Amino acid sequence: MSRLYDFHGGIHPPENKQQSSATPIRQLPLPPLLHIALGQSVGNAALPCVQPGQRVLKGQCIAEADGRLSSAVHAPTSGNIIAIGEHAFAHPSGLPAATITLQPDGLEQWQPRQNLPHWRDASGSELRDFLQQMGIVGLGGAVFPTHLKLAARELQTLVVNGAECEPYISCDDRLMQERAADIVAGIGIAAHALRAGEVLIGIEDNKPQAIAAMQAACHGTPFRVVAIPTKYPSGSAKQLIRVLTGKEIPHGVRATELGVQCLNVGTLYAIARAVLHGEPLLSRIVTLTGAVADAANVEALIGTPLDWLLAQAGHTTAAEVIMGGPMMGFTVPDLAAGLSKAGNCLIVKSPAEFPPRPAAMPCIRCGECATACPMELQPMDLFWFAKARNFGKAQEWHLFDCIECGACSYVCPSQIPLVDYYRFAKSEIWAAERDKKAADLARRRHDFRQFRIEREKSEKAERLAARAAEQAAKLAASQAATTTVSSAQDDPKKAIIAAAMARAAEQQESKPLPDSHTQALDDAKQAAIKAAMERAAARKAAAQQSSDDSSNAAANPAGSTGIDNAKQAAIQAAMERAAARKAAAQQSSDDSGNNAAANPVSATGIDDTKQAAIQAAMERAAARKAAAQQSNDASGNNAAANPVSATGIDDAKQAAIKAAMERAAARKAAAQQDQQDPT
Amino acid sequence: MTTLLLALLIMVALALLLGAVLGFASVRFRVDGDPLVEKIDAILPQTQCGQCGHPGCHPYAEAIADGSDDINKCPPGGEDGIRKLAELLGVEFKPFAADAPQPKPKAVALIDEATCIGCTLCIQACPVDAILGSAKMMHTIIADECTGCELCIAPCPVDCIRMIPQGTDLTNWKWRYPTIPIKALKTAPESRA
Amino acid sequence: MTLHATHIAKPATVSAVMLKVLAAMLPGIALSVHFNGIGVLVQLLLASVTALLAEAAMLRLRGVPVTPFLKDLSAIVTAWLLALAMPPLGAWWLIVVATLFAIVVAKQLYGGLGNNPFNPAMVGFAVAIISFPAQMAAWGSPLAPLDAAAQLQWIFSHTLPAGSALDAVSSATPLDLLKTGLLQGGRDVSQLLAGDRFGQLGNAGGEWIALGWLAGGLWLWQQKLIPWQTPLATLAGVVAMSGALWLAAPAHYASPLFHLFNGATLLAAMFIVTDPVSGSTTPRGRLIFGGLVGVLTVLIRVFGGFPDAVAFAVLIMNIAVPFIDQYTQPTVFGHKGGRRA
Repeated sequence: MSRLYDFHGGIHPPENKQQSSATPIRQLPLPPLLHIALGQSVGNAALPCVQPGQRVLKGQCIAEADGRLSSAVHAPTSGNIIAIGEHAFAHPSGLPAATITLQPDGLEQWQPRQNLPHWRDASGSELRDFLQQMGIVGLGGAVFPTHLKLAARELQTLVVNGAECEPYISCDDRLMQERAADIVAGIGIAAHALRAGEVLIGIEDNKPQAIAAMQAACHGTPFRVVAIPTKYPSGSAKQLIRVLTGKEIPHGVRATELGVQCLNVGTLYAIARAVLHGEPLLSRIVTLTGAVADAANVEALIGTPLDWLLAQAGHTTAAEVIMGGPMMGFTVPDLAAGLSKAGNCLIVKSPAEFPPRPAAMPCIRCGECATACPMELQPMDLFWFAKARNFGKAQEWHLFDCIECGACSYVCPSQIPLVDYYRFAKSEIWAAERDKKAADLARRRHDFRQFRIEREKSEKAERLAARAAEQAAKLAASQAATTTVSSAQDDPKKAIIAAAMARAAEQQESKPLPDSHTQALDDAKQAAIKAAMERAAARKAAAQQSSDDSSNAAANPAGSTGIDNAKQAAIQAAMERAAARKAAAQQSSDDSGNNAAANPVSATGIDDTKQAAIQAAMERAAARKAAAQQSNDASGNNAAANPVSATGIDDAKQAAIKAAMERAAARKAAAQQDQQDPT
Repeated sequence: MTTLLLALLIMVALALLLGAVLGFASVRFRVDGDPLVEKIDAILPQTQCGQCGHPGCHPYAEAIADGSDDINKCPPGGEDGIRKLAELLGVEFKPFAADAPQPKPKAVALIDEATCIGCTLCIQACPVDAILGSAKMMHTIIADECTGCELCIAPCPVDCIRMIPQGTDLTNWKWRYPTIPIKALKTAPESRA
Repeated sequence: MTLHATHIAKPATVSAVMLKVLAAMLPGIALSVHFNGIGVLVQLLLASVTALLAEAAMLRLRGVPVTPFLKDLSAIVTAWLLALAMPPLGAWWLIVVATLFAIVVAKQLYGGLGNNPFNPAMVGFAVAIISFPAQMAAWGSPLAPLDAAAQLQWIFSHTLPAGSALDAVSSATPLDLLKTGLLQGGRDVSQLLAGDRFGQLGNAGGEWIALGWLAGGLWLWQQKLIPWQTPLATLAGVVAMSGALWLAAPAHYASPLFHLFNGATLLAAMFIVTDPVSGSTTPRGRLIFGGLVGVLTVLIRVFGGFPDAVAFAVLIMNIAVPFIDQYTQPTVFGHKGGRRA
């Protein structure tokens, strides 16, 4: 037997597992609706690949992974997609999330199942892509995409997490008791992919039946089941690795760097179902417990509405419900949310089992929290810093090593919500970092712009000087031949022409930005362009739909009359608006006289340039209109074919224009009032 | 006489020595630019919006550093920003002037592409080059790089740019400050606080 | 929405902690009453009432709810510790003034429970002994104990029944005797200790009271309410410092046992240096804090101007607590060996 290691601190809360762990896992009927959130894992939410109204088969991919740190989502049963949009989501914020709503048709019709029979010969990337497409994520509660965890090679130890240390939860316990063979098959696949030297299966010694079942299933394999002392939070990956291997994984270091990887039994079961049977992650075991009539573990489809799920366990009251365990779980803000892959347990709170905690008293620095902290932090100091919003100091005191296990809050005699303070401090620090990044980017871009403008200016000046010198030389040469009077008149004119030419050349040259700059911005830019194009396309499609009687329009989307009409209208709108603004600006500059000088952003300050711009825009618009007219004439019958739709759009446009004009006028008026008020 | 000369000599030698030390120090420990300006600039939000009356954040930082402007002129930085500036400069916190622009929720600009006539005026106005497009072509804004300075709104001849407030979503949601349930039965008088 | 991210909690409260601390003092109090008389109880009662009234008044002035903070019993703990450190026959106003100072200035003005940088009881004691050194010597002689009525009369009216010797109410403590005896010169420690004012180890009867404090402390440790580091380090500090002096010059310095069982050494080690609010909270910090309190106690006793020195040692070390804590942070999980900062 290998020796077991201990970790500092830890607590022994009442287990309360027997309520749900005694009965076998129950299968449920199909729920009336499934709300499958697109963000089922850490990282990017999946991108939907189905349309509302579409019929999908069980196991069909309904949303594809978006990038590496993302995982696919599948239809848990066959049925019709009835909506894709925001829906309540099981998250402490209570914010809704993008969700696909599926109405089961009751047929449970599978799509052809594609397994990976040759997994032993499959390359690492093939297996990883397969698991990503199968939507396998960590089912211990952290929902980290599993394919990324299998990226390591030549591991010393694969730690299998069957500790399940949180009170009330018993889903892994029942899974190990009933489906040990599949779990062990999953361990085999993971151990093969990771080329693990040894496999240690850690199970808390309060689950003797699960230990026995796993031991039986592991018979004949090199995998070792290790009973570990029951102590919360031994099921935290860091603590379990410490207990089984003696290694401590610091914050910000991947376990694989120390030759260890940790996978939950539920995840390994899902791996086996996917690889051997071609079943994507469609359901999970959920513990329904607390103040329910019959507490039990059920196998529930992902997306099952939580209120419906609880009703299956005989829960009807409107009490608060915890998702996850009582130590680290959160109160579900809206039970209409669908079950997510993270939902390992639902606890209905009753005042008897969860009495309201007494009001918080001041910290007396008793040090109970430091004694209980499994990360060997000084929670009372972290609390002090977080409370005082002294985030720098909190980080220095290793705030980000905190795993939010709640052991400190549990033991605190002053009943201080310590973990809430740490979460607050962490999210403030993250937000500050986001802002800092944005500010740095803006500063870089602004500095570059200043630099570019400076450079353009100096280059222009240089060119002008060069031209002038050239001219002077030419002039000197020609002076001998021509009369001095005429050349003197010529000179300024020529210089002006030269300057204009220089400007044009200058502009052409300065257009392409330096490589490093463009490349850095490529992604964002491309995304923006894509988005803009999509928006334009959507509008185009909408316009075309309204003119559906004309088949021509659909045939030539690029130069369709619908667009032409819209453009024309837009130009007209622009011109009218510009005129209105000009008038308004004129008025405001007349009215507010020297007031305007005080406000550089106001109309008068930029009047000159604006007027020029407006004029230019109007001229351009007129030219465009003429061009459009021409093209319209050329495609004569096109325009004639759908006069109704064209006018329809025109009406809408005109209304929009009027609205815009009114808005602009109102704005001007308001601005004017603002200017007058302070005086 | 000799004592007087000696004293003079010593003083001159000392002066020369100390002068040399000072000269050396000024070369050796020269500070490039004003680090205070950079420190202030690091606190400013870099929206480059000009609401402070300066053409950008760096000029405002310079103005704060040389004492020619106050620390409460930056609405995008919010009161937090003023607090950080006050802490850095060791001065009292100062709220925004009542008649000055007030902070408002972060927003990014959005161009209505249907109305845009491609005049490039907004591109010229954008302090961070976050607008894409060229003459007579539709323009669009890179939302990730827009600082919400609103400088593009005024020049637009067709009024097609709107500010879209950035709401809270799952990516930027924050945990609240835990409220302390023990509340004063009656609020203590301000003077005592 | 629920406030707490952690939905379950150990049924522990500050009041329960304080109640256990009070309970742990009972054996020592009982022994003290047995040897020092009813005066001890009077002091306890006076201190408790004063502390509660002062606390309530201050909480109200600060605009903080009174009831939950009175119920936390921390004021009573402070009051009891102070009363037990004060002379049993001290005048009534002495304990009242000391308690007022402890609660109002040392505790509430700093922000109340959990925010006081100094141990309030020791602040009260220090104020009393500096301001009223004569009154602070009012230890009854165990050799000629006054009856209860006489004790009460002395405490409240500063008069004695006819026939009582003044010595009965102002008998010097052994620490005092030793100090003055050595200062007068002529006799060495062993000769001085042979006097009948001294018991086997120190103050006659005092060693039993000290054992009472020790028992209470051990129970608190067993209940996981105090760490082992602070008390043990304090006692070790006392023994080490006094032992070094004693070995160097046994004729001039008392033995470590004498220092352990005299004055407030054991009371302090079990109940005063273990005050979590003003003490160090890191494991190594507790060792340093306790050890230095012990060393300072002996040094001030031997070389200082006041007979007992626990209060001064504790207050001096209270100042150093933030510094100690800063530099004794335990290594965080995964950061051992300095692999990564």
